[in-house]
Amino acid sequence: MTEQIDEGLRSELQRQGVWVTSMQELYNWGRKNSIWPLQFGLACCAIEMIATAASRYDIARFGGEVFRPSPRQADLMIVAGTVTKKMAPQIVRLYNQMPDPKYVISMGACAISGGPFKQGYNVLKGIDRYIPVDVYIPGCPPRPEALLHAFMELQSKIDSQKLTGQNRAEHLNVAQPSEFPVPSFGEHDLEPPANPDVFHPPKIERQS
Amino acid sequence: MESLEQIKSRAEAVVPWSKIDIIANPGPAHQPSLLLDNEHASAVALFLRDDPALRLDFCSNATGVDWLDRTVKKTVKVKKIVDGEEKEVDETTEEKIPGYLEAVYHLYSITLKHGPLIIRMRTTDRSDGARLPSLTPIWRSAEFQEREIFDLYGVRFEGHPDLRRILMWDEFVDHPMRKDYRDPDDYEYEPTPHDDVLERAKQHYTVRPQLDGAENITAQP
Repeated sequence: MTEQIDEGLRSELQRQGVWVTSMQELYNWGRKNSIWPLQFGLACCAIEMIATAASRYDIARFGGEVFRPSPRQADLMIVAGTVTKKMAPQIVRLYNQMPDPKYVISMGACAISGGPFKQGYNVLKGIDRYIPVDVYIPGCPPRPEALLHAFMELQSKIDSQKLTGQNRAEHLNVAQPSEFPVPSFGEHDLEPPANPDVFHPPKIERQS
Repeated sequence: MESLEQIKSRAEAVVPWSKIDIIANPGPAHQPSLLLDNEHASAVALFLRDDPALRLDFCSNATGVDWLDRTVKKTVKVKKIVDGEEKEVDETTEEKIPGYLEAVYHLYSITLKHGPLIIRMRTTDRSDGARLPSLTPIWRSAEFQEREIFDLYGVRFEGHPDLRRILMWDEFVDHPMRKDYRDPDDYEYEPTPHDDVLERAKQHYTVRPQLDGAENITAQP
């Protein structure tokens, strides 16, 4: 365990040419520097995501340049744009098809809450109603720097994940579900309108 | 392009029994339009497309309008004998107009470089079976737009080659752009609710008297 190695001893050993690490550190170091995003975009946020992947901002500096056209090969889903109710079941299905460990970045106001279309009849009020989200990026659309920041946040989250014990990473916990029910098209709305196992809206108590 | 009156009289002469009305538009746009009768709409539309002086070969836009039941008040000055004297008295008549759905097409001519000519068609009522003749066989560009009118307003176009919903899913039963549509009540917390959203917020949360209703604020003695 990383915590059990004395930092002073470690740097002393490194100076002598001995590199000490733990399985967990090595595993997380490899994972956090090769996050392969799923290649799909939904709206204008996708343009910013493309800019992030292009040479000016270059997400390859963080090991995330390998955009995969198949969910079977992807680690990260960047929900970049407005999720319409007609699109939501497909997003959940794509998420279910991704192998564990998998992460979700909810990019932009629409993917977080429905954004400017929140009061409309056809836009999902946030993708976190159906799938768990790791990092939210506000903005309309967020700049590439914001996406890079979210990417670095995700890297630090991966780096802090434990392999064993009570607080081990979710994908190592057999009891944690890795697939979530796909909503179906109802006569007036999606059925169900939100997955209660995933979606916990803030409860606002107003004093009368 | 000719005036609407000229187009109307020529079309009525070419298509027997057809009846065309000119709908005035008093608004600032001032774009009057032709109201076609549903039975002869296809024949009139074909005339508008193929007539050598018109050649309206491009349907740039087709959209729907939902008209609810409404009463129109008209005030007319009528001469009446009051107390043996002739006076001008305002008389108000109320006319009840039952609701209907409307399809509006904007036509241009690419060859003759004129337009737009606006044509309309009206259904008889606002029921689910409201029907209109499809103009897709005449202007192919109307295909997706008529599907959209069907999806959002619920007008069935007879003669349309592929009438399905285009934006909402097939299982959806409502028509969201109708004025009496009520969307599913999935209100979520809004930090600064106002107008319609405030009404919804009040149904979902207890009212904060100091913030939501100004009448509850009392001055401190």
